[in-house]
Amino acid sequence: MSLAAASREPTGDGFRFDRWAPLILLGGAAAIYVAVAVATGQTQYLTLDNLIAILGRSIALGITAIGQTFVILAASIDLSVASLISATAVLASVVMDGSAAMIVPAIAAAIALGALVGLANGMIVSVLKVNPLIATLGMSLVIQGCLSAFVSNFAGSVPPAFQVFAYGQIGAVPLALVFLLSLAILAWAVLRFTKFGSDLYAVGGNEEAARFAGIKTGRVVLTAHVICSVCAAIAGLYLASRLRSGAPWIGADGVYDLESIAVVVIGGTVLAGGRGGIWGTMAGMLIFSLIDSVFNIAGVDTFAKQVLRGIIIVAAVAFYAIRSKRIVA
Amino acid sequence: MTGSPTASRPGTGGWSLAGINPVWPLLAALVAAIVFMNPGFAEPTGYMNFLKRAAPLAILAAGQVYVITSGGFDLSQGSLITLVVVGSSMLTDNDPAATAWVIPVMLAIGLGVGAVNGAIVCFLRVPSLIATLGTMITLNGLAFLWSGGAPRGYLPDTFRFFGRELIHDVPLVRFVPVSVIVLVVVVGALAWAMHRTNLGRMVHAIGDNPVAARLAGVPVNRVRVTAFMLSGLSAAIAGILLGGFAGVSTDVGTGYELEAITAAVLGGAQLLGGRGSVPAALGGALALTAIFTLLNFLGLPQPVRQVVQGLILIAAVALAMHRRKRTGT
Repeated sequence: MSLAAASREPTGDGFRFDRWAPLILLGGAAAIYVAVAVATGQTQYLTLDNLIAILGRSIALGITAIGQTFVILAASIDLSVASLISATAVLASVVMDGSAAMIVPAIAAAIALGALVGLANGMIVSVLKVNPLIATLGMSLVIQGCLSAFVSNFAGSVPPAFQVFAYGQIGAVPLALVFLLSLAILAWAVLRFTKFGSDLYAVGGNEEAARFAGIKTGRVVLTAHVICSVCAAIAGLYLASRLRSGAPWIGADGVYDLESIAVVVIGGTVLAGGRGGIWGTMAGMLIFSLIDSVFNIAGVDTFAKQVLRGIIIVAAVAFYAIRSKRIVA
Repeated sequence: MTGSPTASRPGTGGWSLAGINPVWPLLAALVAAIVFMNPGFAEPTGYMNFLKRAAPLAILAAGQVYVITSGGFDLSQGSLITLVVVGSSMLTDNDPAATAWVIPVMLAIGLGVGAVNGAIVCFLRVPSLIATLGTMITLNGLAFLWSGGAPRGYLPDTFRFFGRELIHDVPLVRFVPVSVIVLVVVVGALAWAMHRTNLGRMVHAIGDNPVAARLAGVPVNRVRVTAFMLSGLSAAIAGILLGGFAGVSTDVGTGYELEAITAAVLGGAQLLGGRGSVPAALGGALALTAIFTLLNFLGLPQPVRQVVQGLILIAAVALAMHRRKRTGT
């Protein structure tokens, strides 16, 4: 997938498990989905329309996970995305307040807030050398606290013109899905073809070595954090458009922080950094939404669904990790 | 035993001001501020109630410090507390005599969950962040499933004894809450095991450098599983105390895992392992509770509490990194 990953494995032309694992998992999830749909006699769930509907439910998670991929590749992590999603959704919906003229300023404000938070996260991680988990966890508490101090319910409203983002269609395909796909292609291109992309893999793989090779590691980590937070801001805008208003709990309700990390890891990106990619993350997102749909079709109880979800996350990550020889903590 | 074990190690220049763990001056300043604002705090009623309130968090932090020092995280503590409280109310079923067997069952559940966490990390090689995230989601689901979403019943008074009762007619302090006795015993035992036994040395060793520890003959997997089991046990004990004074609900434990990590970090524990002290984690837990008490006295609302917790978390780690860079350790 990447040069870093390819050069590390001395296996000649044999089957490279790492590369195919997300697809194997995705195939498994799809097979289970089809099997359950057929077994319960609900073949109406096997249409293309339904597939698009399944994808449509996980757009916000997908956008967040694309950003999360960048920070995890840099061996960092971002736990502040959930509260940032809430904050940007509320901000956008308050700025718009039903008026179509305010759409552009609202989008600008949300993106700016995202960039600011990303910058702060990146500075704390790369300059103050605070462990990224703690830095972004602290940031998450700060954002959520500030947000709940001002807003306690749905605030503002989104004009119909902006609801197109979530509800618009291009032919039979939802606009948001097209957007997600273009964002994924953009992210893939950045990782694959730019200097920043290769620097990111280098920093994530071995920060010390990357520094000695002349890469400005701090700047790379900082940029990754800004990208991640801007993606979270976009996810916030999408949710505001979908819910027609912003509320201070939408990010926390969707557990976007932990789920986006789980999606990235299930997609084969290594938590320790330096290995993985966007298409794995997209596969992870698909796996998540397929599993949810399986639960829905099979009529699994809400609480049992949660229990199974936890087990599936661990099992999916174990699927890759169990082959690794190194000691993990 | 004032500072962290490394800071006060003999032969490195002896006792100096810089060798004191900063959590103790912080705690002293906070207590002074509380006494200044509310002189009643210097009375036994004041500080005993404070200790009673701090007891679950302190016990939790003492367990968490084992996992952090060994290089991992335990995010499942909070949901384990919820499971213990909900499970106790379901099992005791308002029968005071049931307490005698329910408490051992709960402690066993704590050890069992810890063993599962440890096994997932050691044998499935899933990073502890994802592994305990999975258990967290699963346990929350189980708590809901067990109680059917709305926990019924109350905990009998025999069960609430540990969290709620006071022992009167104690010389010097007039009364001692039972939870404070539990706190002293549990934290004392954990501190002894961490700083006076081989187990503690091995926990430090595998957190510092797992490969070197394994080559030196440390049974890495066994020590790691033990660390997770102690963390789970501490969560079960904290759950029993919290059930005593907080009552039954499905969100009693929410957020406790993060507070425990905050407390351990305030006490100078190093994330990703190698450094950690149980007494300092106790200091961290007391300092955190003191900060919350202070914010209460000042009449500041819950959101501010979140913001302050976030800022403290970042500041504590940034300060620790700064000191470490300056002293070159």
